[in-house]
Amino acid sequence: MTELPKTASPYCEDKPVEITQQPAAAPPPRRTNPVWALLRNSWRQLTSMRTALVLLFLLAIAAIPGSVLPQRSVNIERTAEFFRAHPDLAPFLDRLGMFDVYASAWFAAIYLLLFTSLIGCVAPRLADHVRALRTVPPDAPKRLDRLPQHAEAERPGDPAAVAACVARHLRTRRWRTRVRERDGGVWTVAAEKGYLKETGNLLFHFALLAVLVGVGFGSWYGWHGNRLLVQGPDKGFCTTLTQFDESSLGARVDAADLPPFCLELTDFQATFQDSGQPKSFDATVLVDVDGTQSTRTFTVNDPLRLPGATVNLLGHGYAPVLRYTDRYGQAQTKVVPFLPRDGMFTSEGVATFPDANVDPETGARDERLQVGFEGVYLPTVGTDDRPTSVYPAERNPVLFLTAYRGSLGVDAGRPGSVYALDRGQITAGRLKQVSGARPQEVRAGETWTLDDGTTLEFLGTRPFATLAVRHDPTGLLVLGGAVAGLIGLMGSLFGHRRRVWFRMSPLDAAAGKAGGTVMVAGGLPRTDYPGFPAEFRSLVQAAEKSEGTA
Amino acid sequence: MAELSDQLMALTVLAYLAAMVTYAAEYAFGKRSHIGRAAARPARQLVGAGGPPAEAPLTGKGPVEEPPAVVDVVGGQPGERDRGALLARIAVGINLVALLLHLGTLVTRGVAADRMPWGNMYEFILSVSFVGSAAWLGVLLRRPGIRHLGLFVALTMVVLLGANGLIAYTPVGPLVPALNSYWFIIHVATIILASGILLFGAVPAAMFLIRTGYDQGKRRFPYTLGRRSPAADTLERLTFRLHAFAFPLFTFGALIAGPLWAEASWGRYWGWDPKEVWAFISWIVYAGYLHARATPSVKRTTATWIALIGFVTMLMNLFGVNLFFEGLHSYANAG
Repeated sequence: MTELPKTASPYCEDKPVEITQQPAAAPPPRRTNPVWALLRNSWRQLTSMRTALVLLFLLAIAAIPGSVLPQRSVNIERTAEFFRAHPDLAPFLDRLGMFDVYASAWFAAIYLLLFTSLIGCVAPRLADHVRALRTVPPDAPKRLDRLPQHAEAERPGDPAAVAACVARHLRTRRWRTRVRERDGGVWTVAAEKGYLKETGNLLFHFALLAVLVGVGFGSWYGWHGNRLLVQGPDKGFCTTLTQFDESSLGARVDAADLPPFCLELTDFQATFQDSGQPKSFDATVLVDVDGTQSTRTFTVNDPLRLPGATVNLLGHGYAPVLRYTDRYGQAQTKVVPFLPRDGMFTSEGVATFPDANVDPETGARDERLQVGFEGVYLPTVGTDDRPTSVYPAERNPVLFLTAYRGSLGVDAGRPGSVYALDRGQITAGRLKQVSGARPQEVRAGETWTLDDGTTLEFLGTRPFATLAVRHDPTGLLVLGGAVAGLIGLMGSLFGHRRRVWFRMSPLDAAAGKAGGTVMVAGGLPRTDYPGFPAEFRSLVQAAEKSEGTA
Repeated sequence: MAELSDQLMALTVLAYLAAMVTYAAEYAFGKRSHIGRAAARPARQLVGAGGPPAEAPLTGKGPVEEPPAVVDVVGGQPGERDRGALLARIAVGINLVALLLHLGTLVTRGVAADRMPWGNMYEFILSVSFVGSAAWLGVLLRRPGIRHLGLFVALTMVVLLGANGLIAYTPVGPLVPALNSYWFIIHVATIILASGILLFGAVPAAMFLIRTGYDQGKRRFPYTLGRRSPAADTLERLTFRLHAFAFPLFTFGALIAGPLWAEASWGRYWGWDPKEVWAFISWIVYAGYLHARATPSVKRTTATWIALIGFVTMLMNLFGVNLFFEGLHSYANAG
């Protein structure tokens, strides 16, 4: 017992445990299969602590590009911007998966190797620990005076009684204790404490596995969609895939699996500081789940939780209501959401009327007479001439519009943005600006008459909210894993495995006096534990003081 | 109240500066410094070739080479000894005053804004540095031997708070709705506490490396600082205990409370926002430190270097992310 093991387990160490003592009649060494040997050595390498540390660092380094470069999963617009700004570099980086770092093969390779290494490390330790939990503390080594902690004392009473008393005391302090009788009337007490350290350690690592499994299943069985929802009964939406502006389903989710419900934005209230900083947002919606309707209010940190989905409020804005009356006197009304481009809600958008100027008599459609308006909406126009809003609420709202007539390019079937006119049509001269050089200022209720006598009436605005609808079936598993991991972590950091031994010898054997006991104590901390000497002293003192008669 | 907070902030920086100067004075003139030691030694020993036993066999740059003329060898002996102790006491006292002013800055700021003062980067740095400073004084009271680190702690505080006031200053204002949640207190409080302790933990870590180098006989510049530092063991153990204490806190704040709030606020518990990425990186590096330290075959110096890498990622997390990247955690108003 001169070699004091520092760690509880030989696993996850750099060097495999060397067996120094060969049995006397060792059989001739068997030739191991080289493939098997290679596999075994690779496995040992992979599960060594050094490899695990290297993999940990690789994982940390691999995560960095995801914060430096824009990620598709985080911000797809920024990614597109990066592609426009670096047309040469971006495709190359894209091939390396730099815009989907956390879904890339190399990132997955690192964490899968790390978790394999982890399993290879903790699974044998689990077996060891289960064994350790079921075995009694080993008997006292011969030379207790060689242990890091050591004490000797004399006590009245015979060794058996003293041993019983010491053991009782140790048990009340929650030590796992074993009393043994040895030759010559000698009794030993062996005690061990701090199993929680390894328990916590294993719990932490298995909890990490649970988190990984939870995240993996979450990405398979989860889904999310975004939707811009304008206020009004005519603008409600239901959870069919086509009604989302953008959506992504997990690999095991089908469009038919989405929970059926419909939402209609009935009210949206935003309040602001005088500085324009937002104070509160509240969205009120009419929820229709299988025909049962209810009115619910939710806000930024308090999402709307529905069966099978959570609806988060991400943002809001204004949607001007425009009525266009064409040459034939036909009026069309559109509610067009304008996207805010700054904190004061200077918003941009377009209103297109591809079905304008259709002759009601013949039904003949003249593509050159389609109409589109491009504009900026300022909820509060400033006193100077600048085309930016000075306050996010509608204190002095103005709409600045530019009118275009011609082919909007929507009939070609090409997908285009609903927030901008087709620039290609304008540069090709197929869509012509028909208003003045400066955009026309229109206030709510005003009517603007265009050059051909058609009119555009600005009826007012409606608020809109941008919503994220999401379902993550394994969120609770991940949370449970994280909490269990934290508990295990604290156990492993603050627990200390340690052993103490007491040997009680009859006094007469040592000094010729009868009826007394020589008590020798030794203590061995099995992990770095600065508090152990103090604990050992207090144990010995308690053993000296307590009465020997059982 | 807001103005009072700003004035207190200026006073705080000045007080840390004064503490730094006093620590430096003790460093230079205290009894454990070479000048002080030379002064405390009788003159005939100065004439002899050797210094104290610990330094005698080493290179020629021992304290013996210090010009003895600068000290009053005959008369100043008991006075010098007192002066070191007195300076030390004054330094710690000023440091305590600085800490109280620091606390005052935070409290008045919170009262002025009528909320917890954690709403933007200026307030966040103010809070993190307060925790670090308080942790320093707390450890100092229990282990007076590490007082010589005070110079570096005070220097860090002056630089950090000075830069904070110059670059990240934000006028008092209420919270944006996204921060208006009870998770704000839970998430941000634990992060501030954990970050403060982790940042402070880098001081004994660096001093441990310096001291180890000094013990190995290195006498170039950074290692000379190790001459008067506490024993390497003490520093190493302190490093570990600070990190072991802060790591679970950081785990809770960044990886449990943070995702819980993110789920309620943004609809997903983890989305690789730059702040989340760097919290993940810091967590991994500190986990690596704890593993390396628990492994006997990894040298303690190697493990401590990992802790210092963790410190760098932590700085990146607290400041770099807010300054360089745009993300969901951009409430910072940095500059």
